[in-house]
Amino acid sequence: MDIWNRHFECMDRSDLRKIQSERLRRTVERVYFNVPYYRHKLQEAGLGPEVVESIDDIRKLPFTTKNDLRDTYPFGMFAVPMSEIVRLHASSGTTGKATVVGYTRNDVSTWSEVMARTLTSAGAGRNDFIQVAYGYGLFTGGLGLHYGGEKIGASVIPVSGGNTHRQLQLMRDFGTTVIACTPSYALYLAEAIQDNGISRDDLKLRCGVFGAEPWTENMRKEIEEKLRIKAIDIFGLSEIIGPGVASECQEQEGLHINEDHFFPEIIDPETLEVLPEGSVGELVFTTITKEGLPLIRYRTRDLTRLNYSKCKCGRTLVRMDKCLGRSDDMLIIRGVNLFPSQIETVLLAMSEIKPHYRIIVDRLNNLDVIELQVEVDEVFFQDKISQLQNLRNRLQDNLENAVGLSIKVTLVEPKTIERSEGKSKRVIDNRKF
Amino acid sequence: MIISQLSVFMENKSGRLAGVLEALAKENHRILALSVADTTDFGILRLLVSEPEKARTVLKNQLFSVNVTEVIAVMVPDQAKEYAGVLKSLSDLEISVEYTYAFSSGGKSIIILQCSDNKKAIDVLKSNGLELLCGEDLIRM
Repeated sequence: MDIWNRHFECMDRSDLRKIQSERLRRTVERVYFNVPYYRHKLQEAGLGPEVVESIDDIRKLPFTTKNDLRDTYPFGMFAVPMSEIVRLHASSGTTGKATVVGYTRNDVSTWSEVMARTLTSAGAGRNDFIQVAYGYGLFTGGLGLHYGGEKIGASVIPVSGGNTHRQLQLMRDFGTTVIACTPSYALYLAEAIQDNGISRDDLKLRCGVFGAEPWTENMRKEIEEKLRIKAIDIFGLSEIIGPGVASECQEQEGLHINEDHFFPEIIDPETLEVLPEGSVGELVFTTITKEGLPLIRYRTRDLTRLNYSKCKCGRTLVRMDKCLGRSDDMLIIRGVNLFPSQIETVLLAMSEIKPHYRIIVDRLNNLDVIELQVEVDEVFFQDKISQLQNLRNRLQDNLENAVGLSIKVTLVEPKTIERSEGKSKRVIDNRKF
Repeated sequence: MIISQLSVFMENKSGRLAGVLEALAKENHRILALSVADTTDFGILRLLVSEPEKARTVLKNQLFSVNVTEVIAVMVPDQAKEYAGVLKSLSDLEISVEYTYAFSSGGKSIIILQCSDNKKAIDVLKSNGLELLCGEDLIRM
Protein backbone atom coordinates (compact mmCIF):
# COMPACT_ATOMS: atom_id res chain seq x y z
CA MET A 1 0.00 0.00 0.00
CA ASP A 2 1.13 3.51 -0.77
CA ILE A 3 2.26 5.98 1.83
CA TRP A 4 1.70 9.61 0.88
CA ASN A 5 4.67 11.14 2.68
CA ARG A 6 7.12 8.40 3.49
CA HIS A 7 9.67 10.91 4.79
CA PHE A 8 7.51 12.05 7.69
CA GLU A 9 5.18 9.10 8.12
CA CYS A 10 8.02 6.57 8.44
CA MET A 11 10.61 8.83 10.04
CA ASP A 12 12.97 7.52 12.67
CA ARG A 13 11.43 8.55 15.98
CA SER A 14 14.54 10.29 17.29
CA ASP A 15 14.67 12.41 14.13
CA LEU A 16 10.96 13.14 14.56
CA ARG A 17 11.62 14.33 18.11
CA LYS A 18 14.17 16.84 16.86
CA ILE A 19 11.68 18.21 14.37
CA GLN A 20 8.93 18.33 17.00
CA SER A 21 11.25 20.13 19.41
CA GLU A 22 12.15 22.77 16.87
CA ARG A 23 8.54 23.21 15.74
CA LEU A 24 7.28 23.51 19.32
CA ARG A 25 9.98 26.09 20.10
CA ARG A 26 8.89 28.19 17.14
CA THR A 27 5.18 27.79 17.98
CA VAL A 28 5.63 28.97 21.56
CA GLU A 29 7.65 31.92 20.37
CA ARG A 30 4.97 32.77 17.86
CA VAL A 31 2.08 32.66 20.32
CA TYR A 32 4.09 34.56 22.92
CA PHE A 33 4.66 37.46 20.59
CA ASN A 34 1.43 37.36 18.55
CA VAL A 35 -1.37 36.22 20.87
CA PRO A 36 -1.82 38.46 23.92
CA TYR A 37 -4.01 35.80 25.54
CA TYR A 38 -1.19 33.26 25.41
CA ARG A 39 1.44 35.82 26.41
CA HIS A 40 -0.51 36.54 29.60
CA LYS A 41 -1.01 32.84 30.25
CA LEU A 42 2.69 32.12 29.84
CA GLN A 43 3.69 35.12 31.92
CA GLU A 44 1.32 34.08 34.67
CA ALA A 45 3.06 30.70 34.69
CA GLY A 46 6.38 32.52 34.91
CA LEU A 47 7.39 31.41 31.43
CA GLY A 48 9.07 33.38 28.68
CA PRO A 49 9.26 32.84 24.92
CA GLU A 50 12.49 30.85 25.26
CA VAL A 51 11.04 28.21 27.61
CA VAL A 52 11.17 25.38 25.05
CA GLU A 53 14.47 23.69 24.36
CA SER A 54 13.12 20.26 23.57
CA ILE A 55 9.73 18.70 23.10
CA ASP A 56 9.90 17.49 26.73
CA ASP A 57 9.51 21.09 27.87
CA ILE A 58 5.91 20.91 26.66
CA ARG A 59 4.97 19.73 30.15
CA LYS A 60 5.79 23.16 31.54
CA LEU A 61 3.23 24.85 29.30
CA PRO A 62 -0.30 25.77 30.37
CA PHE A 63 -3.33 23.98 28.89
CA THR A 64 -5.86 25.46 26.50
CA THR A 65 -9.57 24.60 26.67
CA LYS A 66 -12.66 25.23 24.60
CA ASN A 67 -13.54 27.94 27.11
CA ASP A 68 -10.40 29.86 26.15
CA LEU A 69 -11.65 29.90 22.56
CA ARG A 70 -15.06 31.06 23.69
CA ASP A 71 -13.64 33.78 25.93
CA THR A 72 -11.72 35.17 22.98
CA TYR A 73 -14.57 34.77 20.46
CA PRO A 74 -14.33 35.16 17.58
CA PHE A 75 -10.71 35.84 16.56
CA GLY A 76 -8.94 36.58 19.84
CA MET A 77 -6.55 33.63 19.68
CA PHE A 78 -5.51 34.04 16.07
CA ALA A 79 -1.76 34.49 15.73
CA VAL A 80 -1.77 36.32 12.40
CA PRO A 81 -3.47 39.47 11.11
CA MET A 82 -6.85 38.75 9.50
CA SER A 83 -5.34 39.65 6.13
CA GLU A 84 -3.41 36.37 6.36
CA ILE A 85 -6.53 34.30 7.10
CA VAL A 86 -8.02 32.72 4.00
CA ARG A 87 -10.65 30.47 5.57
CA LEU A 88 -12.92 30.40 8.62
CA HIS A 89 -14.78 27.44 10.02
CA ALA A 90 -16.93 27.25 13.14
CA SER A 91 -18.59 24.70 15.33
CA SER A 92 -21.76 25.28 17.31
CA GLY A 93 -21.17 26.65 20.79
CA THR A 94 -22.86 25.96 24.09
CA THR A 95 -23.98 29.47 24.84
CA GLY A 96 -24.85 30.46 21.32
CA LYS A 97 -21.24 31.36 20.66
CA ALA A 98 -19.47 29.18 18.17
CA THR A 99 -15.85 28.06 18.34
CA VAL A 100 -14.21 29.81 15.41
CA VAL A 101 -11.10 28.53 13.68
CA GLY A 102 -9.06 30.36 11.05
CA TYR A 103 -6.61 29.05 8.46
CA THR A 104 -3.79 30.80 6.63
CA ARG A 105 -2.93 29.69 3.11
CA ASN A 106 -0.20 27.49 4.61
CA ASP A 107 -2.66 26.00 7.08
CA VAL A 108 -5.01 25.02 4.25
CA SER A 109 -2.03 23.46 2.54
CA THR A 110 -1.07 21.54 5.73
CA TRP A 111 -4.66 20.39 6.03
CA SER A 112 -4.65 19.13 2.43
CA GLU A 113 -1.36 17.33 3.16
CA VAL A 114 -2.63 15.50 6.24
CA MET A 115 -5.87 14.64 4.47
CA ALA A 116 -3.85 13.31 1.53
CA ARG A 117 -2.04 11.07 4.02
CA THR A 118 -5.38 10.00 5.48
CA LEU A 119 -6.91 9.09 2.14
CA THR A 120 -3.76 7.35 0.94
CA SER A 121 -3.54 5.26 4.10
CA ALA A 122 -7.20 4.34 3.57
CA GLY A 123 -6.13 2.96 0.22
CA ALA A 124 -7.38 5.73 -2.07
CA GLY A 125 -5.45 7.16 -5.00
CA ARG A 126 -5.66 9.18 -8.20
CA ASN A 127 -7.91 6.66 -9.93
CA ASP A 128 -10.58 6.82 -7.25
CA PHE A 129 -13.91 8.57 -7.22
CA ILE A 130 -14.39 9.97 -3.73
CA GLN A 131 -17.95 10.81 -2.77
CA VAL A 132 -17.80 13.31 0.07
CA ALA A 133 -21.06 12.88 1.98
CA TYR A 134 -19.88 14.91 4.97
CA GLY A 135 -21.57 18.27 5.29
CA TYR A 136 -19.87 21.14 3.49
CA GLY A 137 -19.96 24.57 5.09
CA LEU A 138 -18.82 25.77 8.47
CA PHE A 139 -18.33 22.14 9.54
CA THR A 140 -14.80 21.05 8.63
CA GLY A 141 -15.74 17.53 7.46
CA GLY A 142 -16.77 18.24 3.89
CA LEU A 143 -14.04 20.64 2.81
CA GLY A 144 -11.34 18.71 4.67
CA LEU A 145 -12.04 15.53 2.70
CA HIS A 146 -12.51 17.60 -0.44
CA TYR A 147 -9.05 19.21 -0.37
CA GLY A 148 -7.37 15.93 0.55
CA GLY A 149 -9.14 14.16 -2.30
CA GLU A 150 -8.01 16.77 -4.82
CA LYS A 151 -4.48 16.68 -3.45
CA ILE A 152 -4.10 12.97 -4.17
CA GLY A 153 -5.57 13.52 -7.62
CA ALA A 154 -8.78 11.58 -7.09
CA SER A 155 -12.06 12.65 -8.68
CA VAL A 156 -13.94 14.32 -5.87
CA ILE A 157 -17.75 14.29 -5.84
CA PRO A 158 -18.77 17.08 -3.42
CA VAL A 159 -22.32 15.92 -2.83
CA SER A 160 -22.31 17.00 0.87
CA GLY A 161 -24.57 15.40 3.49
CA GLY A 162 -28.15 14.21 3.22
CA ASN A 163 -30.41 13.51 0.23
CA THR A 164 -29.89 9.78 0.29
CA HIS A 165 -31.63 9.25 -3.03
CA ARG A 166 -29.14 11.46 -4.84
CA GLN A 167 -26.24 9.85 -2.95
CA LEU A 168 -27.26 6.47 -4.32
CA GLN A 169 -27.80 7.76 -7.83
CA LEU A 170 -24.36 9.38 -7.99
CA MET A 171 -22.75 6.37 -6.37
CA ARG A 172 -24.09 4.16 -9.14
CA ASP A 173 -23.87 6.53 -12.12
CA PHE A 174 -20.41 7.95 -11.36
CA GLY A 175 -18.97 4.68 -10.12
CA THR A 176 -17.98 5.96 -6.68
CA THR A 177 -15.14 3.89 -5.21
CA VAL A 178 -14.59 5.71 -1.91
CA ILE A 179 -17.34 7.02 0.34
CA ALA A 180 -16.67 9.52 3.12
CA CYS A 181 -19.35 10.13 5.74
CA THR A 182 -20.25 9.37 9.35
CA PRO A 183 -20.29 5.64 10.16
CA SER A 184 -23.97 5.76 11.09
CA TYR A 185 -24.80 7.31 7.73
CA ALA A 186 -22.76 4.57 6.03
CA LEU A 187 -25.04 1.99 7.62
CA TYR A 188 -28.05 4.02 6.64
CA LEU A 189 -26.80 4.09 3.05
CA ALA A 190 -26.23 0.33 3.14
CA GLU A 191 -29.87 -0.20 4.00
CA ALA A 192 -31.05 2.35 1.48
CA ILE A 193 -29.13 0.46 -1.22
CA GLN A 194 -31.01 -2.70 -0.32
CA ASP A 195 -34.36 -0.97 0.00
CA ASN A 196 -33.97 0.66 -3.41
CA GLY A 197 -33.29 -2.67 -5.03
CA ILE A 198 -29.81 -1.64 -6.13
CA SER A 199 -27.56 -4.60 -6.73
CA ARG A 200 -24.21 -4.40 -4.98
CA ASP A 201 -22.65 -5.50 -8.27
CA ASP A 202 -23.78 -2.24 -9.86
CA LEU A 203 -21.63 -0.32 -7.39
CA LYS A 204 -17.87 0.05 -7.46
CA LEU A 205 -17.43 0.99 -3.80
CA ARG A 206 -14.32 -0.50 -2.27
CA CYS A 207 -13.50 1.64 0.74
CA GLY A 208 -14.95 4.15 3.14
CA VAL A 209 -13.45 6.76 5.45
CA PHE A 210 -15.65 7.28 8.45
CA GLY A 211 -15.40 9.62 11.41
CA ALA A 212 -16.90 12.62 13.25
CA GLU A 213 -18.67 10.35 15.73
CA PRO A 214 -17.81 7.36 17.92
CA TRP A 215 -18.38 3.89 16.50
CA THR A 216 -17.64 0.36 17.53
CA GLU A 217 -15.81 -2.58 16.04
CA ASN A 218 -19.21 -4.22 15.62
CA MET A 219 -20.40 -1.29 13.55
CA ARG A 220 -17.26 -1.60 11.47
CA LYS A 221 -17.97 -5.27 10.84
CA GLU A 222 -21.53 -4.50 9.87
CA ILE A 223 -20.50 -1.71 7.48
CA GLU A 224 -17.81 -3.86 5.90
CA GLU A 225 -20.18 -6.78 5.41
CA LYS A 226 -23.16 -4.82 4.18
CA LEU A 227 -21.27 -2.49 1.84
CA ARG A 228 -18.49 -4.98 1.04
CA ILE A 229 -15.82 -2.32 1.60
CA LYS A 230 -12.90 -1.67 3.88
CA ALA A 231 -14.05 0.73 6.60
CA ILE A 232 -11.33 3.11 7.79
CA ASP A 233 -11.63 5.18 10.97
CA ILE A 234 -10.51 8.80 10.77
CA PHE A 235 -10.23 11.35 13.55
CA GLY A 236 -10.05 15.09 13.82
CA LEU A 237 -11.42 18.16 15.49
CA SER A 238 -11.85 21.59 14.05
CA GLU A 239 -9.83 23.31 16.78
CA ILE A 240 -6.76 21.33 15.76
CA ILE A 241 -7.38 21.39 11.98
CA GLY A 242 -10.48 19.32 11.21
CA PRO A 243 -10.32 15.77 9.84
CA GLY A 244 -6.75 14.69 9.17
CA VAL A 245 -5.44 14.72 12.73
CA ALA A 246 -5.24 10.92 12.75
CA SER A 247 -6.36 8.00 10.63
CA GLU A 248 -6.13 4.26 10.37
CA CYS A 249 -3.97 2.43 7.87
CA GLN A 250 -4.82 -0.85 6.17
CA GLU A 251 -3.86 -2.75 9.35
CA GLN A 252 -6.81 -1.11 11.19
CA GLU A 253 -4.91 -1.33 14.46
CA GLY A 254 -5.12 2.20 15.76
CA LEU A 255 -5.13 5.64 14.16
CA HIS A 256 -1.77 7.13 13.16
CA ILE A 257 -1.49 10.68 14.46
CA ASN A 258 0.21 13.16 12.14
CA GLU A 259 2.49 14.09 14.99
CA ASP A 260 4.90 16.11 12.90
CA HIS A 261 2.00 18.63 12.92
CA PHE A 262 -0.03 17.76 16.00
CA PHE A 263 1.83 16.68 19.12
CA PRO A 264 -0.25 14.36 21.31
CA GLU A 265 -0.13 13.79 25.07
CA ILE A 266 -2.31 11.72 27.37
CA ILE A 267 -3.16 13.33 30.71
CA ASP A 268 -5.17 12.50 33.77
CA PRO A 269 -8.21 14.81 33.40
CA GLU A 270 -8.31 15.34 37.18
CA THR A 271 -4.68 15.92 38.12
CA LEU A 272 -3.63 17.14 34.64
CA GLU A 273 -0.45 15.08 34.98
CA VAL A 274 0.94 13.38 31.88
CA LEU A 275 0.31 9.65 32.16
CA PRO A 276 2.78 6.83 31.46
CA GLU A 277 2.87 5.44 27.94
CA GLY A 278 -0.06 3.14 27.20
CA SER A 279 -2.38 4.58 29.90
CA VAL A 280 -5.91 5.62 29.07
CA GLY A 281 -6.50 9.30 29.65
CA GLU A 282 -7.52 12.56 28.03
CA LEU A 283 -5.99 13.33 24.68
CA VAL A 284 -4.23 16.70 24.46
CA PHE A 285 -2.88 18.23 21.25
CA THR A 286 -0.38 20.96 20.56
CA THR A 287 -0.35 22.21 17.00
CA ILE A 288 3.30 22.71 16.07
CA THR A 289 3.01 23.98 12.50
CA LYS A 290 -0.23 25.91 12.42
CA GLU A 291 -0.09 29.65 11.73
CA GLY A 292 -3.64 30.95 11.99
CA LEU A 293 -4.73 29.39 15.24
CA PRO A 294 -1.86 27.62 17.00
CA LEU A 295 -3.07 25.89 20.15
CA ILE A 296 -0.89 24.87 23.07
CA ARG A 297 -1.87 21.70 24.92
CA TYR A 298 -5.48 21.82 23.80
CA ARG A 299 -7.66 19.52 25.89
CA THR A 300 -9.82 17.48 23.50
CA ARG A 301 -11.82 15.80 26.30
CA ASP A 302 -11.60 12.59 24.27
CA LEU A 303 -10.38 9.57 26.22
CA THR A 304 -7.94 7.21 24.52
CA ARG A 305 -4.40 5.82 24.77
CA LEU A 306 -1.30 5.98 22.64
CA ASN A 307 0.78 3.18 21.17
CA TYR A 308 4.33 4.10 20.10
CA SER A 309 5.32 0.71 18.66
CA LYS A 310 6.09 0.50 14.95
CA CYS A 311 3.12 -0.49 12.82
CA LYS A 312 3.16 -3.36 10.32
CA CYS A 313 2.35 -0.82 7.61
CA GLY A 314 5.79 0.74 8.06
CA ARG A 315 4.64 4.02 9.55
CA THR A 316 6.39 5.10 12.73
CA LEU A 317 3.75 7.69 13.65
CA VAL A 318 2.21 7.02 17.05
CA ARG A 319 -1.19 5.34 17.01
CA MET A 320 -4.21 6.25 19.14
CA ASP A 321 -6.99 3.86 20.01
CA LYS A 322 -10.53 4.54 18.91
CA CYS A 323 -11.82 7.12 21.37
CA LEU A 324 -13.16 5.36 24.43
CA GLY A 325 -15.39 8.14 25.68
CA ARG A 326 -15.29 11.71 26.88
CA SER A 327 -14.06 13.39 30.04
CA ASP A 328 -16.93 15.88 29.80
CA ASP A 329 -20.63 15.52 29.05
CA MET A 330 -20.46 16.30 25.34
CA LEU A 331 -22.62 14.14 23.10
CA ILE A 332 -22.00 13.56 19.43
CA ILE A 333 -25.30 13.30 17.58
CA ARG A 334 -25.15 12.58 13.86
CA GLY A 335 -21.68 14.12 13.86
CA VAL A 336 -22.87 17.29 15.62
CA ASN A 337 -21.38 18.14 19.00
CA LEU A 338 -23.96 18.78 21.66
CA PHE A 339 -23.55 19.79 25.29
CA PRO A 340 -26.52 19.38 27.67
CA SER A 341 -25.86 22.96 28.79
CA GLN A 342 -26.92 24.17 25.32
CA ILE A 343 -30.32 22.61 25.88
CA GLU A 344 -30.50 24.05 29.37
CA THR A 345 -29.88 27.54 28.01
CA VAL A 346 -32.87 27.21 25.67
CA LEU A 347 -35.09 25.93 28.50
CA LEU A 348 -34.07 28.71 30.87
CA ALA A 349 -35.04 31.27 28.24
CA MET A 350 -38.61 29.92 28.17
CA SER A 351 -40.52 30.95 31.28
CA GLU A 352 -43.25 28.31 30.83
CA ILE A 353 -40.88 25.44 31.36
CA LYS A 354 -38.95 24.40 34.40
CA PRO A 355 -35.40 23.35 33.60
CA HIS A 356 -36.03 19.80 34.73
CA TYR A 357 -35.16 17.75 31.73
CA ARG A 358 -33.78 14.48 30.54
CA ILE A 359 -32.04 13.81 27.25
CA ILE A 360 -32.49 10.36 25.75
CA VAL A 361 -30.26 9.38 22.86
CA ASP A 362 -30.82 6.28 20.81
CA ARG A 363 -29.84 4.88 17.49
CA LEU A 364 -32.80 3.78 15.38
CA ASN A 365 -32.20 2.35 11.91
CA ASN A 366 -28.59 3.47 12.27
CA LEU A 367 -29.49 7.11 12.76
CA ASP A 368 -29.08 8.91 16.04
CA VAL A 369 -32.33 10.15 17.48
CA ILE A 370 -32.53 12.50 20.39
CA GLU A 371 -35.48 13.11 22.64
CA LEU A 372 -35.85 15.80 25.24
CA GLN A 373 -38.26 15.17 28.07
CA VAL A 374 -39.38 18.26 29.94
CA GLU A 375 -41.77 18.65 32.78
CA VAL A 376 -44.90 20.68 32.25
CA ASP A 377 -45.12 23.33 34.89
CA GLU A 378 -48.44 23.34 36.70
CA VAL A 379 -48.53 27.11 36.53
CA PHE A 380 -48.49 26.92 32.77
CA PHE A 381 -50.76 23.93 32.32
CA GLN A 382 -54.13 25.32 31.33
CA ASP A 383 -56.20 22.46 30.02
CA LYS A 384 -55.87 23.15 26.29
CA ILE A 385 -54.27 20.60 23.97
CA SER A 386 -53.44 23.28 21.42
CA GLN A 387 -51.63 25.33 24.03
CA LEU A 388 -49.44 22.41 25.03
CA GLN A 389 -48.73 21.54 21.43
CA ASN A 390 -47.78 25.13 20.66
CA LEU A 391 -45.43 25.10 23.59
CA ARG A 392 -43.84 21.88 22.41
CA ASN A 393 -43.46 23.13 18.84
CA ARG A 394 -41.98 26.39 19.99
CA LEU A 395 -39.48 24.56 22.15
CA GLN A 396 -38.57 22.27 19.25
CA ASP A 397 -37.99 25.27 16.99
CA ASN A 398 -35.89 27.07 19.60
CA LEU A 399 -33.77 23.97 20.13
CA GLU A 400 -33.21 23.43 16.44
CA ASN A 401 -32.15 27.06 16.03
CA ALA A 402 -29.79 26.86 18.97
CA VAL A 403 -28.09 23.52 18.40
CA GLY A 404 -28.68 22.74 14.74
CA LEU A 405 -30.31 19.39 15.44
CA SER A 406 -33.92 18.38 15.33
CA ILE A 407 -34.82 17.20 18.80
CA LYS A 408 -38.08 15.49 19.61
CA VAL A 409 -39.68 17.14 22.61
CA THR A 410 -41.89 15.12 24.93
CA LEU A 411 -43.84 16.79 27.70
CA VAL A 412 -43.89 14.74 30.86
CA GLU A 413 -45.66 14.98 34.19
CA PRO A 414 -44.14 17.11 36.91
CA LYS A 415 -41.63 15.60 39.30
CA THR A 416 -41.19 12.52 37.11
CA ILE A 417 -37.62 13.43 36.25
CA GLU A 418 -35.30 12.26 38.90
CA ARG A 419 -33.76 14.95 41.11
CA SER A 420 -30.49 14.20 42.69
CA GLU A 421 -27.90 16.00 44.71
CA GLY A 422 -25.16 17.48 42.60
CA LYS A 423 -24.84 16.10 39.13
CA SER A 424 -28.15 14.64 38.08
CA LYS A 425 -28.50 11.99 35.44
CA ARG A 426 -29.69 14.25 32.69
CA VAL A 427 -28.47 12.17 29.79
CA ILE A 428 -29.42 8.61 28.98
CA ASP A 429 -27.42 7.38 26.02
CA ASN A 430 -28.76 4.06 24.81
CA ARG A 431 -26.36 3.83 21.89
CA LYS A 432 -23.82 1.08 22.19
CA PHE A 433 -20.27 2.16 21.48
CA MET B 1 -74.01 28.17 36.79
CA ILE B 2 -70.24 27.91 36.35
CA ILE B 3 -68.99 24.47 37.27
CA SER B 4 -65.47 23.75 38.49
CA GLN B 5 -63.79 21.05 36.46
CA LEU B 6 -60.44 19.42 37.20
CA SER B 7 -57.96 19.15 34.34
CA VAL B 8 -55.04 16.79 34.79
CA PHE B 9 -52.00 16.55 32.54
CA MET B 10 -51.13 12.93 31.85
CA GLU B 11 -48.41 11.24 29.90
CA ASN B 12 -49.82 8.82 27.39
CA LYS B 13 -48.75 5.65 29.11
CA SER B 14 -50.55 2.81 30.73
CA GLY B 15 -51.60 3.08 34.34
CA ARG B 16 -51.74 6.88 34.50
CA LEU B 17 -55.53 7.19 34.38
CA ALA B 18 -55.87 4.41 36.93
CA GLY B 19 -53.39 6.29 39.12
CA VAL B 20 -55.56 9.40 39.15
CA LEU B 21 -58.73 7.47 39.93
CA GLU B 22 -57.10 5.38 42.65
CA ALA B 23 -55.84 8.52 44.35
CA LEU B 24 -59.40 9.88 44.36
CA ALA B 25 -60.89 6.54 45.39
CA LYS B 26 -58.80 6.48 48.56
CA GLU B 27 -60.55 9.67 49.67
CA ASN B 28 -63.99 8.42 48.55
CA HIS B 29 -64.51 11.06 45.89
CA ARG B 30 -67.43 10.81 43.50
CA ILE B 31 -66.82 11.10 39.77
CA LEU B 32 -69.72 12.87 38.08
CA ALA B 33 -68.29 12.99 34.58
CA LEU B 34 -65.00 12.24 32.90
CA SER B 35 -63.43 12.75 29.51
CA VAL B 36 -59.94 12.27 28.09
CA ALA B 37 -58.45 14.25 25.21
CA ASP B 38 -55.33 12.60 23.93
CA THR B 39 -52.47 13.14 21.52
CA THR B 40 -49.76 10.62 20.71
CA ASP B 41 -47.60 11.74 23.63
CA PHE B 42 -49.86 13.14 26.27
CA GLY B 43 -53.46 13.57 27.25
CA ILE B 44 -55.63 15.84 29.31
CA LEU B 45 -58.06 14.24 31.70
CA ARG B 46 -61.11 16.34 32.50
CA LEU B 47 -63.13 15.44 35.53
CA LEU B 48 -66.23 16.66 37.27
CA VAL B 49 -66.18 15.61 40.91
CA SER B 50 -68.36 16.27 43.94
CA GLU B 51 -65.66 18.27 45.76
CA PRO B 52 -63.32 19.85 43.22
CA GLU B 53 -61.05 21.74 45.62
CA LYS B 54 -60.50 18.73 47.87
CA ALA B 55 -59.92 16.46 44.88
CA ARG B 56 -57.45 18.97 43.47
CA THR B 57 -55.48 18.89 46.71
CA VAL B 58 -55.46 15.09 46.68
CA LEU B 59 -54.08 15.00 43.14
CA LYS B 60 -51.61 17.80 43.77
CA ASN B 61 -50.21 15.89 46.70
CA GLN B 62 -49.76 12.94 44.37
CA LEU B 63 -47.67 15.23 42.15
CA PHE B 64 -50.11 15.46 39.26
CA SER B 65 -50.24 18.65 37.23
CA VAL B 66 -53.81 19.67 37.96
CA ASN B 67 -55.81 22.80 37.43
CA VAL B 68 -59.37 23.89 38.08
CA THR B 69 -61.10 25.12 34.95
CA GLU B 70 -64.57 26.50 34.42
CA VAL B 71 -67.21 24.77 32.34
CA ILE B 72 -70.96 24.98 31.98
CA ALA B 73 -73.54 22.16 31.85
CA VAL B 74 -76.82 22.20 30.00
CA MET B 75 -79.53 19.54 30.08
CA VAL B 76 -81.56 18.74 26.95
CA PRO B 77 -83.59 15.76 25.65
CA ASP B 78 -81.20 13.17 24.22
CA GLN B 79 -81.94 14.02 20.59
CA ALA B 80 -79.23 15.02 18.16
CA LYS B 81 -81.21 18.07 17.09
CA GLU B 82 -81.16 19.33 20.68
CA TYR B 83 -77.35 19.09 20.90
CA ALA B 84 -77.11 20.72 17.47
CA GLY B 85 -79.43 23.48 18.62
CA VAL B 86 -77.26 24.27 21.62
CA LEU B 87 -74.14 24.52 19.46
CA LYS B 88 -75.87 26.59 16.81
CA SER B 89 -77.21 29.11 19.31
CA LEU B 90 -73.62 29.62 20.47
CA SER B 91 -72.04 29.81 17.05
CA ASP B 92 -74.69 32.28 15.89
CA LEU B 93 -73.27 34.71 18.42
CA GLU B 94 -69.69 33.78 17.56
CA ILE B 95 -69.09 32.05 20.83
CA SER B 96 -66.68 29.24 20.08
CA VAL B 97 -66.68 25.92 21.86
CA GLU B 98 -63.18 24.93 23.02
CA TYR B 99 -64.32 21.40 23.78
CA THR B 100 -67.43 19.54 24.82
CA TYR B 101 -68.43 16.14 26.14
CA ALA B 102 -71.76 14.71 27.13
CA PHE B 103 -73.48 11.82 28.80
CA SER B 104 -77.12 10.83 28.96
CA SER B 105 -79.45 9.08 31.30
CA GLY B 106 -83.24 8.60 31.36
CA GLY B 107 -83.84 10.32 28.03
CA LYS B 108 -81.87 13.41 29.05
CA SER B 109 -78.44 14.49 27.82
CA ILE B 110 -76.12 16.54 29.94
CA ILE B 111 -73.75 18.54 27.78
CA ILE B 112 -70.58 19.94 29.27
CA LEU B 113 -69.13 22.91 27.41
CA GLN B 114 -66.00 25.00 27.59
CA CYS B 115 -66.62 28.17 25.62
CA SER B 116 -64.52 31.13 24.61
CA ASP B 117 -66.80 33.16 26.87
CA ASN B 118 -68.64 31.01 29.39
CA LYS B 119 -70.66 33.87 30.91
CA LYS B 120 -71.96 35.04 27.57
CA ALA B 121 -72.75 31.41 26.69
CA ILE B 122 -74.84 31.05 29.85
CA ASP B 123 -76.83 34.16 28.95
CA VAL B 124 -77.45 32.94 25.41
CA LEU B 125 -78.51 29.45 26.47
CA LYS B 126 -80.77 30.82 29.19
CA SER B 127 -82.44 33.25 26.80
CA ASN B 128 -83.10 30.26 24.52
CA GLY B 129 -84.99 28.64 27.39
CA LEU B 130 -82.44 25.88 28.00
CA GLU B 131 -81.94 24.28 31.37
CA LEU B 132 -78.53 25.02 32.87
CA LEU B 133 -77.19 22.95 35.72
CA CYS B 134 -74.96 23.90 38.60
CA GLY B 135 -72.54 21.65 40.46
CA GLU B 136 -75.14 20.79 43.08
CA ASP B 137 -77.58 19.67 40.36
CA LEU B 138 -75.00 17.22 39.05
CA ILE B 139 -74.29 15.83 42.50
CA ARG B 140 -77.99 15.16 43.08
CA MET B 141 -78.44 13.28 39.83
